[in-house]
Amino acid sequence: MSFRKGAPVSGMLPDELQENPTAAALADIATTGNLAYGELTIEVAPSSILEALRRAKHQLGFERLSTVTGVDRFPAEPRFEVVYHLQAIQRREWLRLKVRLPGANPEVESAFAVYRSANWYERETFDLFGIRFLNHPDLRRIMMPDDWPGHPLRKDYPVTGERY
Amino acid sequence: MLDTKDPAVIDDGGITSELEVERDHDQREHTPGATKTMVLNMGPQHPSTHGVLRLLLELDGETIVKAAPDIGYLHTGIEKEFEVKTYQQGVTLTDRIDYLAPLSNNLVYCLAAEKLLGLEIPPLAQWTRVMLAELTRLNSHLVWLGTHAIDIGAMSVFLYCFREREEILRIFEMFSGQRMMTSYFRIGGLALPHPRGWQKRVKDFVDIFPSRVDEYEELLTNNGIWTGRTKGVGYISLEDMLDLGVSGPMLRAAGLKIDLRKDKPYSSYEKFDFEVPTLTANDVFARYQVRIAEMRQSARIIKQALEGMPSGSHQADAPGIVLPDREKMKTQMESLIYHFKIVTEGFRVPEGEVYSAIESPRGEVGCYMVSDGTQKPYRVHWRGPSFGTLQATSRMIEGTLIADVIAAIGSMDFVLGDTDR
Repeated sequence: MSFRKGAPVSGMLPDELQENPTAAALADIATTGNLAYGELTIEVAPSSILEALRRAKHQLGFERLSTVTGVDRFPAEPRFEVVYHLQAIQRREWLRLKVRLPGANPEVESAFAVYRSANWYERETFDLFGIRFLNHPDLRRIMMPDDWPGHPLRKDYPVTGERY
Repeated sequence: MLDTKDPAVIDDGGITSELEVERDHDQREHTPGATKTMVLNMGPQHPSTHGVLRLLLELDGETIVKAAPDIGYLHTGIEKEFEVKTYQQGVTLTDRIDYLAPLSNNLVYCLAAEKLLGLEIPPLAQWTRVMLAELTRLNSHLVWLGTHAIDIGAMSVFLYCFREREEILRIFEMFSGQRMMTSYFRIGGLALPHPRGWQKRVKDFVDIFPSRVDEYEELLTNNGIWTGRTKGVGYISLEDMLDLGVSGPMLRAAGLKIDLRKDKPYSSYEKFDFEVPTLTANDVFARYQVRIAEMRQSARIIKQALEGMPSGSHQADAPGIVLPDREKMKTQMESLIYHFKIVTEGFRVPEGEVYSAIESPRGEVGCYMVSDGTQKPYRVHWRGPSFGTLQATSRMIEGTLIADVIAAIGSMDFVLGDTDR
């Protein structure tokens, strides 16, 4: 089952996830989710990402935030996805959280308040996708020069050429 | 929902930024009676920063008040490049990310694509992957040990380490034709069948290697200068490391038994008998000991792979994805068509997203791959272990002496190509 097929069902998870304890703990804030290739994905609204991360860390024991990154679905709307990969070391469990953001002025609450490792990952996502993370302590470019025009990993940014 | 009064938002969280260093320095300059500090730029062209890491250090005498790592000098846009290459072509990019562990990178990329494709990899290919991935670990640890020792002042260890590394590179060359940019693991198996006479070469190496590790240990483990410079240096709490994104040997040197080869076995690692060495001292010396112990375990794994190497094909039975046999290509029409199609346009990968992660020499290397059903990945995100590890730099070296900085960052074992991608 793919996450892109079918419209997200608000506040409901598909039947295959009803038994999953991790999915159940996030069920009330999840907009959709799936279990594909043995990997659990839960999508939440941008406004509840901090709540989802808090629950994952403090209730469900996902101690590590492996990575934060973005996906650009240009020209579809909502255009951007921000993807979080979490790991629960003792239980050997992995979780992918996802939020979708609009193409115009994409911004979401920073995960830094819950996982400090989000700092650089969010700076990278900001630099390469132009997604703003609110309440981030140090939201500056990290890879590209500070005066660089555009955000290279966006799909409308050319791969070759001198100018954006 | 949103709690901006969360103390972590206001706290710098242990990751100092360059601006903070400058601000702090300025403030002290303009405050009468405050301790005057000096700002020192270490890197990006500094032999001990292992690449192009820039450290901005604020010093009070010899003590580091604030330290800010600055990265991005080696950014090459590899993640963007993945999007315009076919899946199989992408393998060659992975070598160039972390140039000390090319085969680990090949492996994690192939595992991600194979997961999407649902390919079953034959045992021979899986065991070869394990064997070469462990040789890669030795290769990387040897470079780390040699350069780390040079940084701290032990010159000769480097020469010993590179003697063994040279032999590993020759084995890589034997298998793939390349010493460093191997691209030997391909989606669907291995690029080439085993070379003739590889068993003897690997056996000779793995038989002698444990005694060579003894030699390194003889040079360092009880060496007073070495222990003086490494024991009790570079401490950072386990909680901080976990929260800052550190993975791999640094966590194991702090007593956490974390190793993806055991936690989430891939490529038949569950069939191998090895231990995950851990220590609790959590200093530069413990990280050294953990990596030394890991080298011994890797040699064990290589030996098992060598002795139990299964027979069979080196590639999956997947026409349309795996290039057909040369002989068949010249005699069968269908094989010729497949060959033409794979080479000219690649193969389609079903729509979906996966995150595959393996234990590279430096920790968790992850590959998040999104497919839209075409011949090219829609998005590939690379979770380089060095990127996460470097976030712990400030917390680790602030408050310590400048002479210990080299030892501390050396023990983190980062590769800037992996950080900046």
